[in-house]
Amino acid sequence: MSLFVDKLKRLLPKELIIADEELLRAYECDALSAYRQLPSYVVMPESVDQVQAIMRLCHQENVPVVARGAGTGLSGGAMPVEDGLLLSLAKFNQIVHLDPDQRIATVQPGVRNISVSEAVEKYGLFYAPDPSSQIACTIGGNVAENSGGVHCLKYGLTVHNILAVKLITVTGELLEIGADSLDSAGYDLLALMTGSEGMLGVIVEVTLKLISKPLNNRVLLAAFDEIEEAGKGVADIIASGIIPAGLEMMDNGVIKAVEDYLHAGYPVNAAAILICEVDGAEEEVDEECRKVKAILEVAGASDVRVARNKEEGDKFWEGRKSAFPAVGRIAADYYCMDGTIPRKHIGSVLNRIDELAKQYKLGVVNVFHAGDGNLHPLILYDVSIEGELERAEELGGKILEVCVEVGGTITGEHGVGIEKINQMCVQFNAEELVQFHAIKNAFDPKGLLNPGKAIPTLNRCAEFGAMHIHRGELPHPDLERF
Amino acid sequence: MTDKIVRQYQQQVQDAYSSEMPLCIQGGNSKAFYGRKIEAEQFDVSANSGVISYEPTELVITVRAGTTISEINEVLANHDQMLAFEPPCFSTTATAGGMVACGLSGPRRPYVGAVRDFVLGIKCLNGKAEILNFGGQVMKNVAGYDVSRLMTGAMGTLGVLLEVSLKVLPTPDYELTLKGEADDATAINLMNQWAGQSVPLSAASFYDNNIFIRLSGHRNAVIAAASQLQFSEYSDGEHYWQSLRDHEHDFFSDNKKLWRLSVPSTTKPMNLHGQWFIEWGGALRWLKTSEPVEQVRRVVSMAGGHATLFRGGNQNDDVFHPLSAGIGNLHLALKNAFDPKKILNRGRLYKEF
Repeated sequence: MSLFVDKLKRLLPKELIIADEELLRAYECDALSAYRQLPSYVVMPESVDQVQAIMRLCHQENVPVVARGAGTGLSGGAMPVEDGLLLSLAKFNQIVHLDPDQRIATVQPGVRNISVSEAVEKYGLFYAPDPSSQIACTIGGNVAENSGGVHCLKYGLTVHNILAVKLITVTGELLEIGADSLDSAGYDLLALMTGSEGMLGVIVEVTLKLISKPLNNRVLLAAFDEIEEAGKGVADIIASGIIPAGLEMMDNGVIKAVEDYLHAGYPVNAAAILICEVDGAEEEVDEECRKVKAILEVAGASDVRVARNKEEGDKFWEGRKSAFPAVGRIAADYYCMDGTIPRKHIGSVLNRIDELAKQYKLGVVNVFHAGDGNLHPLILYDVSIEGELERAEELGGKILEVCVEVGGTITGEHGVGIEKINQMCVQFNAEELVQFHAIKNAFDPKGLLNPGKAIPTLNRCAEFGAMHIHRGELPHPDLERF
Repeated sequence: MTDKIVRQYQQQVQDAYSSEMPLCIQGGNSKAFYGRKIEAEQFDVSANSGVISYEPTELVITVRAGTTISEINEVLANHDQMLAFEPPCFSTTATAGGMVACGLSGPRRPYVGAVRDFVLGIKCLNGKAEILNFGGQVMKNVAGYDVSRLMTGAMGTLGVLLEVSLKVLPTPDYELTLKGEADDATAINLMNQWAGQSVPLSAASFYDNNIFIRLSGHRNAVIAAASQLQFSEYSDGEHYWQSLRDHEHDFFSDNKKLWRLSVPSTTKPMNLHGQWFIEWGGALRWLKTSEPVEQVRRVVSMAGGHATLFRGGNQNDDVFHPLSAGIGNLHLALKNAFDPKKILNRGRLYKEF
């Protein structure tokens, strides 16, 4: 590696290379802090030329590369690899071009998600994907993870809201994928890149689609005594032909935590609440609001409040948006899961999660994107109690397996990263995994880009499978199993 | 019964793999004019049809690839839902598999998304005769690479589609078509302006000095929006958009060479002689011209778009816009990853694969 760093120094000014262990610590994990690995070096290139030169060198020297944006990812996708280079795109933080007529924005990958909408607000436009980390997370990471957010039910995920990317391949070649037109010739490489978790290339520029801001919006908050009724309310709204801008659910555990934290006026005795936002022209908002209220009452809501003004609507949302920090106050640690299921199973899956939590003797609370069936069970544990982290991780794995069993998926928006790599073996069979590896091989035959993430090797799956078979050899033999 | 069909298809692909004899995948045979002509054994997959599951509250329909688009439209219409990307039906035989493989979308595309935006999952046979599932039936799914969307528009060169799951949307409460006069440059400006101003557009086209737009949404909101635009209501709107979608409009009725130009929506009227039909709010332009192929491609490339010789050209030549060297190499590598013996629709998209 020392020879390698000499070569690196020839490509980059030395202040763009971090080799000091104390400084490297800041990069040893992303927001999934349970998984850590110190990188050998961090580089912070400032130009596309530098990224190309770094990639050429790493390719020549067989050094693995992990690209990183703001490090807010929840699946360990940006965790460094041993003896590898961490490529920070933090200095790529410029909005390159705004075109309000064409409704597009061309940005560098290190631009923060929220700053795009802030920059185009004066044109009456916004960038729709709004992950909860939007004040910190960056567009490059959003593309790598195909990020969603609370408004993706109506406005789509990242894949629906980008037009083009500039990509540096593992060999340092600059490719333009997509265009300012709505489609491109050949394969849909843009879709393939979106959500590919840094496994296929390094994104150095993104063209985003902007949409006109809805003229009005209104927020409703409905309380339910039974979680199944809340689930039914969700299905009934969709069945009625309404696609709300957002439709979120919180269970009693989260409601209480949020109320303690914020005093938002949430009904603390409710088994679940739904927060529903409708938007559009004034006539549309009035009509949909009236319909949603009626539907929720028929579904069994004990109370439905319609925000009288923007301040009240913001307050309803504030509780939802503060759910994670609020839960952070009721447990030493929590572990956020991310499965998606068909909406009709929301009630039954939440009950199964509850049963599993009891078996594992851990608390689980739920706050999630109900409208698109994207669950975020928060497993409560205390890392200082021996074995609790492992138990929490195992419970998390079981919850994801339930999601697959009911026809869902192990990750709706956080990505596989390192966290859910074992559950990939549950969702996909060997031939499918081999096909994924073949795709990876088409882009990166040496396997240098973010190695060990997203797609498990068949060996790993065999070991994971063996873990199920040889139950006696598992850690925590005291735990009840099923 | 159907499993037997799938096993039979698998055997056919297996045989083709062993003998290295290419296959020409055919669904409803409604788009034989589209893409390059290939010399290969016909592989009819239309018999694998039927709706597998449809639950309106999930906004998802899963169908076997041979199911006709008209059947899907009918099933959805019974529940006031629709394929929001308005897939063209050039014949009643057009299938879901062909729809996904060709990746074509209709007039609503710029405002709600393309077929690729609504594909949630697929089941397919790759070129090694393996039956594979990717994606699923849920709205959000980031497990593994997005193979479902990669297959969309790949013209069958990466796999034989067996099943597709599609997101569906509620049919709008109310729709209104408006008609007004303008020249092409004004029309392009207006269509782009409206799209940035919360006008509930669901289609916008220009032809022969007439702009047609469709507004969709809640009745009162549509009427309110329409009253802001100085255009007159056009009563035969439904037929107009259907005829544009399916190329039954007079513009498409002759046998002249037809270009499909996908360009940035704000592109000014382009310097190519011929007859134009503009839709997708300016982002899609149909052109009948006798200008040389190279000239059309050059002008469209300069505008930042791509040009497809949609119908009536020489299907032995390049039909789709040539790829850059780097992108072309990735295509070859991906083809090799899915279909190493190049037996599936070899040459339908590009000559080399």
